[in-house]
Amino acid sequence: MKVRLGFLLSLLAGDPQADRAVPPTGFTARLTVFTSGAMALLAVFALAFSLATERMADRWAAELARTSTLRISAPQDQVGAQTAAAVRLLETTPGIASARALTPEEQQALLEPWFGPDLPIASLPIPQLIEIIEEGDGFDETGLRARLLAEVPGAVLDDHTRWREPLVAAAERLRLLGLAAIVLIGLSTAAMITMAAQAALAANAQVIRVLRLVGARDIYIARAFVRRFTLRALTGAAVGTAVGMAAIWFLPSADDAGSFLTGLGFQGLHWLWPLAIPPLAAVVAFMATRGAALRSLKEQS
Amino acid sequence: MIELRNVTYSYGGGELFSEVSLQLAPGSFHFLTGPSGAGKTTLLKLCYGELVATGGEVSIFGSDTRKMNRDDVAMARRRIGVVHQDCQFLDHLPLSENVVLPLTVAGRQAEADANLKDLLAWVGLAGQAESLPPQLSGGERQRAALARAVIMSPDVVIADEPTGNIDWEMSQRLLTLLVELNKMGKAVLVATHDLNLIRAAKAQVSARILRLAGRKLQAAGAEL
Repeated sequence: MKVRLGFLLSLLAGDPQADRAVPPTGFTARLTVFTSGAMALLAVFALAFSLATERMADRWAAELARTSTLRISAPQDQVGAQTAAAVRLLETTPGIASARALTPEEQQALLEPWFGPDLPIASLPIPQLIEIIEEGDGFDETGLRARLLAEVPGAVLDDHTRWREPLVAAAERLRLLGLAAIVLIGLSTAAMITMAAQAALAANAQVIRVLRLVGARDIYIARAFVRRFTLRALTGAAVGTAVGMAAIWFLPSADDAGSFLTGLGFQGLHWLWPLAIPPLAAVVAFMATRGAALRSLKEQS
Repeated sequence: MIELRNVTYSYGGGELFSEVSLQLAPGSFHFLTGPSGAGKTTLLKLCYGELVATGGEVSIFGSDTRKMNRDDVAMARRRIGVVHQDCQFLDHLPLSENVVLPLTVAGRQAEADANLKDLLAWVGLAGQAESLPPQLSGGERQRAALARAVIMSPDVVIADEPTGNIDWEMSQRLLTLLVELNKMGKAVLVATHDLNLIRAAKAQVSARILRLAGRKLQAAGAEL
């Protein structure tokens, strides 16, 4: 374990002299910087997407969990009385902070996306909706249903469970997709850097032969490649991350873009998360190059 | 220091040589000759650990090469200076950095300044320190390879056809350098086709001349 740790640290430490022993290779350098930059950019977007869906899931879960709706479906001449009775009953029910019958304008606004703005709501047999805001641990659903059945026969309680669960599940799946995308981006980066490192090692077979001839140990040779690829990945990822963060920053705000883009991006301390991408890219490059270099040196011996 | 005992080397299903025994003691000078394809280069590679014998035992500074890992071989190579016919260099680095490369990889860079100037003067390349290897002539490259081979003050110097690409005058100069090294107590092993070089060396040093032919290593005949 001690030996492995020492090996790892000496690889990290780098050696400018070892660096000089390997000639700069333009193609693999550009490939590594470009790949890391592009992957970091995608990782920023995937992270923003994942964080946004997480926030959305939390918001939906919280908002829907704290509210319920009571629907009064009664003959038109009884709607007013049943609504008043239901509100009184709800206001005296433990666990309910407030109960409020929606105004005709609010009900019209709810229907507007489907029926347009000129719906003659007064002439339609539309049920009256009562918004219930919960408090504390919420209300006893079974007890409330029983009381409503006895006192307000036209009332139907909807605690939003049917809506909440699939919505939250969908948002959670979207969040996982975002995380899976980040993992895939990391693996793709590792694969591309491994290929670039292998190409560099193959192109420098003669250099490796000379270094071995004069007594260079594998760690010395690997160090030159590992340090070089790690720094390239770090540079590329830093640029990609900066561009990605700038793009997210300049996204239209939720107010301008409408509800579709609401919350997409980073908020508050979440802006710190993308800053982890360049060091992570460097770690991925370090591991990928180290593995490729040591395998290649073993095969070439 | 380096000893081969009943060594066999097989390659591609065929036996290149067998029952080869050789001992490179301090201060010894050996020439290895023989026809092309007899296995001279392979025998040299066995001596500095680049290849492992398929039979018998090769011992480098007391270690059996079959039991040496890559790091062990690397450490042993720091005590063996090798000069190849094709003089492998890092073409992007100037001659000075190529010559001190063994010190650099050994982490003894500090010794480079003290040794480099004298060494380049010794091999007649004092004015070429900043030249890139491709800018050097064949003879200059051979002498540069020799300088690199000895900068670590190795115990053994192994040269594979060191005069293969250079004229007679330059060959003589290189031979003189090898003889000087031998007189400092280094063991020297030179593989060569150049019988004139061997004859010239006999006037300067007591050398053992071996011939690798017909899969066997033997003392060379009276023609030398």
